[in-house]
Amino acid sequence: MSNFLQTLLIGVSSGSIYALMALALVLVWRSTRVVNFAQAGQAIISTYIGYEANFHLHNYWESVVVAVVAGAILGAAVEGLVMRPLAKRIRGTAATDIAPVIATLGVLGLIRSLAGLIWGNTFVQYPSPLSAKGYTIGKTVIQFSPQSAAIVVGTALVMLAFALLFNYTRLGLALRASSFQPEISRLAGIKVDRIRLVGWACAGAAGAVAGALVTPTSYLSPNSLDLLLVSGFVAAVIGGLDSLVGAGVGGLILGVGFAFILEYIGASLTFLSGFIILIFVLLVKPAGIMGKRGGRSA
Amino acid sequence: MSGLVIRDLTVSYGASAALDSVSFTVAPGELVAVIGANGAGKSTLLRALSGLVPVNNGIAMWNELNILDHRPENLVRAGIVHVAEGKSVIPELTVEENLDLGGIWQGRSKSIAPLKEEVLDLFPRLRERLGQSADTLSGGERQMLAIGRALICRPQLLLLDEPSLGLAPLIIEEIFAAITGLRSAHGLTVLLVEQNALSALAIADRGIIFNLGKIVATGKAAELMSDPTLRSSYLGY
Repeated sequence: MSNFLQTLLIGVSSGSIYALMALALVLVWRSTRVVNFAQAGQAIISTYIGYEANFHLHNYWESVVVAVVAGAILGAAVEGLVMRPLAKRIRGTAATDIAPVIATLGVLGLIRSLAGLIWGNTFVQYPSPLSAKGYTIGKTVIQFSPQSAAIVVGTALVMLAFALLFNYTRLGLALRASSFQPEISRLAGIKVDRIRLVGWACAGAAGAVAGALVTPTSYLSPNSLDLLLVSGFVAAVIGGLDSLVGAGVGGLILGVGFAFILEYIGASLTFLSGFIILIFVLLVKPAGIMGKRGGRSA
Repeated sequence: MSGLVIRDLTVSYGASAALDSVSFTVAPGELVAVIGANGAGKSTLLRALSGLVPVNNGIAMWNELNILDHRPENLVRAGIVHVAEGKSVIPELTVEENLDLGGIWQGRSKSIAPLKEEVLDLFPRLRERLGQSADTLSGGERQMLAIGRALICRPQLLLLDEPSLGLAPLIIEEIFAAITGLRSAHGLTVLLVEQNALSALAIADRGIIFNLGKIVATGKAAELMSDPTLRSSYLGY
């Protein structure tokens, strides 16, 4: 297998994880216009819960389901217990725009400290039955493993599920309407607060899938998904922050871009290049590659 | 007492009262036009009655329901449907999705298909554009879509905010004819807020004239239209 194809495969696999994290950020952005930095923390907790479930159930796939359910509940809890009461208190004050974002940073810190208290600040393994060792093609071992394949397939399934949910169900219509025009949606009888909870739960579930799929390829610690949040955020902005398709495309562009830079230029430039791509996209097409004309809507 | 009963309704934004102790009633099945210039408090009145703005003081009852106790989405369930100012459609959705939105709260038990058919017969232009993004509609078509969605919500009390705003006279005529038709077909009670006094009073049973948050005159639509003082001071023709 050529070096090019191998690099592409690696990029698609890591890009899938970025895409899931981007999807989680986009879902929250669309429903409440907040960049949810707590997402990294929510994904850490759900992944630890998956890790515990795997320990007791001895079944990785069942543990992924447990993690996803936990992620959804956690997402709804952050919205219902922190963000919504906060929004009610600050409505009409100067803090309306900034306080929610600061609050998500607070929740991130809180969750990570809690994870450290409960599971310790050490590295643990959350193993999958699939090998994280690369496939052997001919005589060479490539860096694309069965777990990488599971990541790509899992991401594709999650994306497909969300596409069906959003475009072909009443709930999906309510989710889209509430994110675009909450007031008109209320006047049409939509319970927008409840729909927002669902949006946050979907986001938490997507982040949980990312955490549970990627962790078997490395280790789990209270900070192990932080970098993923940054990549997910860059991917979401590349995709336009408002677009579910954009999250997928942005994640893949970033993942494949990183893989090629790592392979052909060098490791030291990889992360830097992510920010160069981010700034380039913001300067050239501020609404993101999937964004609507008329620029970024706040 | 049935119908819409409003007593001493007061809404303040900061220090200034947008609605200053307003009282009036609308009988079931009546079409009442609320006339006044920009800033007279007309939109605030409708926003208070649909639960969008908090009320400082007063009473608002729809039949046995205390309107001020409920949120907009629950008032819709009680039959109070507000078509907000400015062609209230969701441009990111298709025409059909905008209509379907009004049926979501009704769940699967009640089919909205007959109502949807009725809307599309009433406004055939929407039928041709069902699959298009609402973004591509003209101003008049957007207003038709907004009224169509309101009908799908199964209203008893319809609150209409400036449906004629920015539209050509022929389109205004078409939309006001549709409002009259819907009213008699469904036995609706209608509170119609308008700056366009002539068109509104032409289809209304009664008129209420607002100025700076207060009611300055009420009466039968025909009487208001022929009062020379009101005509020169408030009706603008």
